[in-house]
Amino acid sequence: MIEMVSRPYATAFENFAITRPEVLCLSADLTSSCEIDGFRDRHPEQFLSLGMAEQNMMSFAGGLALAGYRPFIHTFGVFMYRRPYDQLIASIAYPRRKVRLMGFLPGVTTPGGMTHQSIEDISVMRSIPNMTILETGDATEVESICEAADSIDGPVWCRVLRGSVPRLFDTPIKVGEMRVLSEGTDILIVTSGISTEEALRARSALSNAGLSIRHLHLHTIKPFNAQALLDHLASVRYGVVTLENHVITGGIGSLVAETMAEAGVAKRLVRLGLKDTFAHGGSRSYLMRYYGLDALALVHGIEDLVGQRFNISEQDLDEARVEAVHSLLKAEGL
Amino acid sequence: MKQSQSTAEVALGIRRRVFEHVIRNNGGYLSQACSAAEQLAWLYHEELKLGAPTLPMIPLPFSGVPSADHLEYRTGAGYNGPATPEYDRLFIAPAHYALVAYATLIEVGRMAPAGLEMFNQDGSSVEMIGAEHSPGMEVHNGTLGVGLSTAAGLAFGRKRKGETGRNWVFMSDGEVQEGQTWEAVQAAAHHKLDNLYAIMDVNDQQCDGAMSSVMEVRDIKQKFISFGAACVEIDGHDLAAMRQAMQEPHEERPLIILARTNPYHAMPILKERFPRLHYVRFKSEEERARMNISIAQDLGIDPVTYSH
Repeated sequence: MIEMVSRPYATAFENFAITRPEVLCLSADLTSSCEIDGFRDRHPEQFLSLGMAEQNMMSFAGGLALAGYRPFIHTFGVFMYRRPYDQLIASIAYPRRKVRLMGFLPGVTTPGGMTHQSIEDISVMRSIPNMTILETGDATEVESICEAADSIDGPVWCRVLRGSVPRLFDTPIKVGEMRVLSEGTDILIVTSGISTEEALRARSALSNAGLSIRHLHLHTIKPFNAQALLDHLASVRYGVVTLENHVITGGIGSLVAETMAEAGVAKRLVRLGLKDTFAHGGSRSYLMRYYGLDALALVHGIEDLVGQRFNISEQDLDEARVEAVHSLLKAEGL
Repeated sequence: MKQSQSTAEVALGIRRRVFEHVIRNNGGYLSQACSAAEQLAWLYHEELKLGAPTLPMIPLPFSGVPSADHLEYRTGAGYNGPATPEYDRLFIAPAHYALVAYATLIEVGRMAPAGLEMFNQDGSSVEMIGAEHSPGMEVHNGTLGVGLSTAAGLAFGRKRKGETGRNWVFMSDGEVQEGQTWEAVQAAAHHKLDNLYAIMDVNDQQCDGAMSSVMEVRDIKQKFISFGAACVEIDGHDLAAMRQAMQEPHEERPLIILARTNPYHAMPILKERFPRLHYVRFKSEEERARMNISIAQDLGIDPVTYSH
């Protein structure tokens, strides 16, 4: 049974920030939704409300960093790059300000539909010079994201999970590294964020089907250790399947593809994720099934890669973790 | 307080330098010198508390953009002196005024005249649209509307640290069409940033022409006050009015000075080009020659000699 951790960011951020007076907590009217309401109430002198005005917030944060502070911006990821992209570039990315962009509700982890789902943020951030990208896939990574981000001399984009988060790992994020979750010799699976839990769900079924899986989890997407990936690629027979809570263009699927192409690796690659489509609103489990982002989709991707059916059904996968729609662990509906 | 005459002379010097540059280069941001010369002269010559420049009088070439590998990177802020707690900071929010700002640096002895010869030359840091690394610049403001927000964040941070230096923004009225400007003012008021100051060149001009024809902005003084700033409106060519404007109380609020200006002040022949004054490129050699003679006379100098 997987341990579930309630609101890991809330505790982690507070513990992190209270010993660092140069860290400022910025919010754009989504304070409880980003689990910093307790911090606001207990440490109001370190908290700045900037309202529903993200364009100003990005440049304002740039100014705070110019004054020597390290602002942690909290809002839904989607609101931190789509509207204020120009400000993100001019006021934060170009001058390499130490602004930590804590983007909540990555991909389809929100029922809020297109306006709330950041599905192309990694693609955008990967193309921005000076940007570092981190993504959390479990409670331990959420608990260590603040220190990991704050260790970077420049801006950092973080995909942060909230609410009830499973604990999959027992070591904190080490920026620049990747987690090796299994070291098989048939198929390489590369996942990040919530996709990693999906891949773990399929692990025993794939093993029972006689497949030897090598599984990498990426918490650091930029910078990326290309050589480490190539070494793992050299250890598998068939090829690679990537699974991401993001469009397959520009995310980790593209990252793996670029790495393989530049090195001349002649192995197959199957990229799973949102395939050139927006998503609509619904529960996370529904959306992951509907858009092919879940464990079953991964199994089908592997079948495609090896050209063979394994007759793995939903019943063979480890039980999906289903959250109550109105769980107390959720900050609020959205 | 320095003599008003000398500030007026600085303003005249700014116009002369920009005029000579524009005639020689067959075009440029000339109208901005007409409208903004007094404001920039007043800021640099009287109002701002700045230390001695920390960068060479002759600007260094472009050395590369900021990156993790570029350890020697620095902005052009050193032309305004050190960024220490007691000194003021200035952002030129409309980076298109860079030519006028560079001319100001020369007039107040912060940059060598040779710096202006590097304007818009490939490989130079003296860029046409002021960049972070351009003389006198500290942040990128070429995308209009980010300047006031950045200064507000800087003001918040410096106030929190107990720094006494003020945070100034030179703005342009076209920026009030950007929503970000209003987000910035409401945030500055909400956070009681009385160490934030702006002087805005209200010349009613933007790239497409007269602002009233492009997008009506109505009573911006009333709008700034409604959004929580203290705001005074003055004749932007009247130095005494600028000094008086600083007496406006603005407890727990930023102060915004609206400097109403004439986009062909001191160069009346430019009225011929109204309302397309954003970037004056001469339409013919005849026009160039005629304006050369007329404006030189207005500015009390000989016509500029040029070869091409």
